[in-house]
Amino acid sequence: MDLFEHQAKELFAKHGVAVPRGGVAWSPEEAEAVAAELGGTVVVKAQVQIGGRGKAGGIQLAKDAAEARAQAERIIGMDIRGHTVRRVLVEEASDIANEYYLAVLHDRASKGYLAMASAEGGMDIEEVAATKPGAIVKVGVNPLIGLRPYHVNQLLYGAGFPPETHKGAAAIVTRLYEVLTAEDAMLVEVNPLVVTTDGQVKALDGKVSLDDSSLFRHPELEEMRDTFAVDPQEQAAKDKGLNYIKLDGWVGIIGNGAGLVMSTLDVVAQAGGKAANFLDVGGGASAETMAAGLEVILSDDKVRSVFVNIFGGITRGDLVAQGILDALDRLGDKVKVPLVVRLDGTNAEEGRRLLAESPSDKVVPAATMLEAAAKAVELAGPPAKEGA
Amino acid sequence: MAILVDADTRLVVQGLTGREGRFHALRNREYGTNLVAGVTPGKAGQDVEGVPVFNTVAAAVAETGANTSLIFVPARFAVDALYEAVDAGVGTVVLITENIPVLDMTRAYNYVRAKGVALVGPNCPGVISPGKANVGIIPGEITHPGPVGLVSRSGTLTYQVMYEMAEAGVGQTTAVGIGGDPVVGSSFIDVLARFEADPETEAVVMIGEIGGDEEEQAARFVADSMSKPVVAYIAGFEAPPGKRMGHAGAIISGSSGTAKAKAEALEAAGVQVGRNPTEAAELAVARVKG
Repeated sequence: MDLFEHQAKELFAKHGVAVPRGGVAWSPEEAEAVAAELGGTVVVKAQVQIGGRGKAGGIQLAKDAAEARAQAERIIGMDIRGHTVRRVLVEEASDIANEYYLAVLHDRASKGYLAMASAEGGMDIEEVAATKPGAIVKVGVNPLIGLRPYHVNQLLYGAGFPPETHKGAAAIVTRLYEVLTAEDAMLVEVNPLVVTTDGQVKALDGKVSLDDSSLFRHPELEEMRDTFAVDPQEQAAKDKGLNYIKLDGWVGIIGNGAGLVMSTLDVVAQAGGKAANFLDVGGGASAETMAAGLEVILSDDKVRSVFVNIFGGITRGDLVAQGILDALDRLGDKVKVPLVVRLDGTNAEEGRRLLAESPSDKVVPAATMLEAAAKAVELAGPPAKEGA
Repeated sequence: MAILVDADTRLVVQGLTGREGRFHALRNREYGTNLVAGVTPGKAGQDVEGVPVFNTVAAAVAETGANTSLIFVPARFAVDALYEAVDAGVGTVVLITENIPVLDMTRAYNYVRAKGVALVGPNCPGVISPGKANVGIIPGEITHPGPVGLVSRSGTLTYQVMYEMAEAGVGQTTAVGIGGDPVVGSSFIDVLARFEADPETEAVVMIGEIGGDEEEQAARFVADSMSKPVVAYIAGFEAPPGKRMGHAGAIISGSSGTAKAKAEALEAAGVQVGRNPTEAAELAVARVKG
């Protein structure tokens, strides 16, 4: 789960990382109030989880509260690369002398942590990595010993931070590491870390990505989730406990097992179609889960056919077939598009016989995954034209 | 021969008295696995269909000589169960549990490696050496003994490929589901190295998916260190970037971890890559039947 800048900075402040004073505002009035309280020149920053805010005009200076209100009015509601701005962060402006980059992250490849620093702050770090790879220093940290002073030395000397910044920067790296481990983050990044003209070191922008599997022990962080960004079908699926992701095609997909479902999207594309969704109903594939899944998929009016791809393992194929038939019974007239069902594995033949005997004219059995993909794509026909 | 689990496996199941643990452990025993003990704190002295239950893994090991642990413990207690198994001296651990906090698992990974214990999982279906032992939730009835080693990040794709190979009359020495999490105990390379060293394994099929760079690392390993033929399948060509596709580890981050990059790396290393599970199974069959 990715956090917004203002949420990341709340975590920074909680762990003692210096950040500019400021507050989040959901309306121009709130922005005005925050700016009035801060006094002086402020920065109004669009809160979106995408880069390029500055270039899009989503970050503006305001010399007083009235101007902050006017800027917030302009920025809230703005579209930045497909993301609607719903809130702004209003902060005291900083007199920047120098900009740096600092990050502490979980590193999948080394199965450990990584601390990163660069004296090329304020730029897109992926761009720096591509154009000046030598400008980024990476130090691996074994989680069994944690971040040590020698790691920090390697980092700051390696990246060429000026000596007068070391004390402040070292304190910030240590606290970012604390954010990573205490909050179960996957990434904690400060870009830019700034040194102000009066010598303060602080985090001017921040990015934190949290581990979804750890949220059970951080209920206060779960509350930071951006509920606006969730698609209605994805929300309905989530409420039903389904593992569903909306995609932009027209062939609905249900399968059991994440790998098999990913593979199903691929074979549908190979057959000339495009999947409307990812939906993994798990090993059991009971009638309830099938019905709930079908309901979500069929509520997407782009869907022209559905491909049910089930491998009967411990759950027998005949029981899965019965589950599908029960689900169809339950949904009745709501099922308007053909359902191509491919069943393989334990008791698959028995399952296929049950499907073939079904009175429903919507069920089209298929013997193999590839045959089913071809049928589902053919029955869906060409994609509906936009606006047609 | 087989790898990781075989006729010498003496299995202790942590979480034997739970619903899942009991169901699968008894299936494993029915398959022929030597199930010697269960562990549930507070339930020592009980038994599950004749399998004695102990309070601790250490007691189970001392009393029964268990050498392999299978863990069916809820996510928030699973890492503790893993440390317990390792400290009790078990040599192989299969961890089925899904949704374990990533940093907990990362710390545990480094500890387990340092202790020299073979860990498979988490978020995996387990390991089966057909005809010898089944440790986990893989349906044993869909496969039989044979000359192909199988290693996969996905459970159902493992079953799918096993099943299609069985239809063609070809079985496995061992099939290893390494798990769908970003940090798993055994990598593709760990398992490929075991298959390379196993005299009965003639060819290997590996099933990968989007996310991370394990498949790319495996491709280099195959090119540099393997004499046996390897074929592969990669799932997730149609997966959009930034979305977690069911498995915690199945996510394209920025431009890295795509199926295309993985398939290309494998092909460049001389690994034939099937376009779908059926084709991958056919390639594997052809390598041992040709």
